[in-house]
Amino acid sequence: MTRANHLAADLRLPKLTYRVWRVWRRDWDVFMKTFKVNFFPPLLEPIFYLVALGYGLGQFVQPIEGQRYIQFIAPALVSISIMYGSFFECTYGSFVRMYFQKTFDAIITTPVNIEEVIAGEMLWGATRSLISSSIVLAVVAAFGLIASPLFVLIPFVAFFAGLMFSSIAMCFTSLAPNIDFFNYPAFLFITPMFLLSGTFFPLTDLPEFIQLVAKALFPLTHTVSITRGLLLGNLEQSPMLSLFWIGAVTIVFFVLSINLMRRKLIK
Amino acid sequence: MAGPEVIISAHSLARKYNDFLAVDNIDFRVYKGECCGFLGPNGAGKTTTMKMIHCVLPLSGGELTVAGMSVTDKPREIKKMIGVAPQENNLDPDFTVLHNLLVYARYFDIPKAVALRRSDELLGFFQLEEKRDVTIEQLSTGMKRRLILARALINDPQILLLDEPTTGLDPQARHLIWDRVRALRKQGVTIILTTHYMDEAAELCDRALIMDNGKIIEEGRPVDLVKKHVGEEVLEIEFDEQVMKTLKKEFPEARLELVSERIRVFTDAPHGTFENFLKNFPTKGAMIRNANLEDVFLKLTGRQLRE
Repeated sequence: MTRANHLAADLRLPKLTYRVWRVWRRDWDVFMKTFKVNFFPPLLEPIFYLVALGYGLGQFVQPIEGQRYIQFIAPALVSISIMYGSFFECTYGSFVRMYFQKTFDAIITTPVNIEEVIAGEMLWGATRSLISSSIVLAVVAAFGLIASPLFVLIPFVAFFAGLMFSSIAMCFTSLAPNIDFFNYPAFLFITPMFLLSGTFFPLTDLPEFIQLVAKALFPLTHTVSITRGLLLGNLEQSPMLSLFWIGAVTIVFFVLSINLMRRKLIK
Repeated sequence: MAGPEVIISAHSLARKYNDFLAVDNIDFRVYKGECCGFLGPNGAGKTTTMKMIHCVLPLSGGELTVAGMSVTDKPREIKKMIGVAPQENNLDPDFTVLHNLLVYARYFDIPKAVALRRSDELLGFFQLEEKRDVTIEQLSTGMKRRLILARALINDPQILLLDEPTTGLDPQARHLIWDRVRALRKQGVTIILTTHYMDEAAELCDRALIMDNGKIIEEGRPVDLVKKHVGEEVLEIEFDEQVMKTLKKEFPEARLELVSERIRVFTDAPHGTFENFLKNFPTKGAMIRNANLEDVFLKLTGRQLRE
């Protein structure tokens, strides 16, 4: 096959039916069995951040764009939980199910096909983002940091941004020869995003080159930009560009990851 | 005369992995209601053939139909009517025994109430009722195997694929599984079994297909294969030059095999021939036994190790 053929094959639209939800439901059932473990750590973590960075470090930080520091980082914490929820679900989580538990092998002997398994996993990843970020959002609300009624839109954003992170994560999973491989994206992709996406200080404080990289390549930059607008009600810069960016990246990586995973699993 | 109904039919079926031809243009048929065994050493292409039948591996060439439907065109319809018990344990460790069955039933769109009733029946059938609410890691190897079989039956399949169903099991567990397989066959389920235990194949299969290097090298009823290739009885004697000479003289047509200091004599001579021979030439450590499918298998596929 030529390279162009390969690319065309990788971007072929998958055939999906309602059966993706059967796969989603399996993951949901497992999650609900251990919901206490799944619920409390994500509840406590943002509290530590808000207290340590918001109150502690915040004392030494002058207001940013008219907001107190704790207000500035609140939407970042929501966005980071969106990123972590789906990214780790669709890297480590999916890899364990695929490779160690052979769960995918078992499912594809039923009328559910491999495309639906992968799509179901990614929808589940997006759901994890929705759940984690809603917990963080509740904590942020309890700290009195919600300044706009637009915040009710955040769960929708969380699901779709979560689907984007899931899709990117699944591409890494399709390339992973073993589970240690995920150290690369975790430290070289997730960590720089965590720090350099307008999360804990405005992007504009960084050298222009880094700003450019953050805007062009970091999904978290766009997620933070939207959630900050919705949480604080300052949508002066239109979120349309970020929404478009997320939509385009989601579609491409969603389709790509399904095809890459099929190639990996059905040899 | 109408022959038995064909349920699976393969015509120059081929499967390539990169440049390696794992299944090499094979033709075979499986008839409705029979138990058909695919025998062969490791790497013969048995599992690959199974995977093409239940539509998870695309074909590299040829045709394969199940119940008249092409595996390429109607994978979902075919998968609905097949139960698969794979070689390796892929039970879901995140769920209990019962939940493994219920979650699996959901993939087939089986309504919850039906799934629950059927799960309880199947747990009874495989003597797993007491383990209903236990997690998978608490099951023994034999129980896991039985649960995999139970899971394969959750959709009430017409065709059951068993890929090495008793590998690694103790005799008790093996016999329980054999017993259940026979019961299913009696109910009219078509069973396709891969194994490299020849006693298992002889015990269960109406027909055996022997595969080696991706090809089907022989097929037939186990008793016929034994008769055809290794005769009725086998004489085994400890190796001795003198004995060897005598044997060669007495049985000029026979195939003599020397393995680990024992001579094996295969002939098409009738029952009782060896007994007469031993009367005339009393030999220490001699043993007459019935020829079996393992003799056939080793004759056809050779003795070198496959890894």
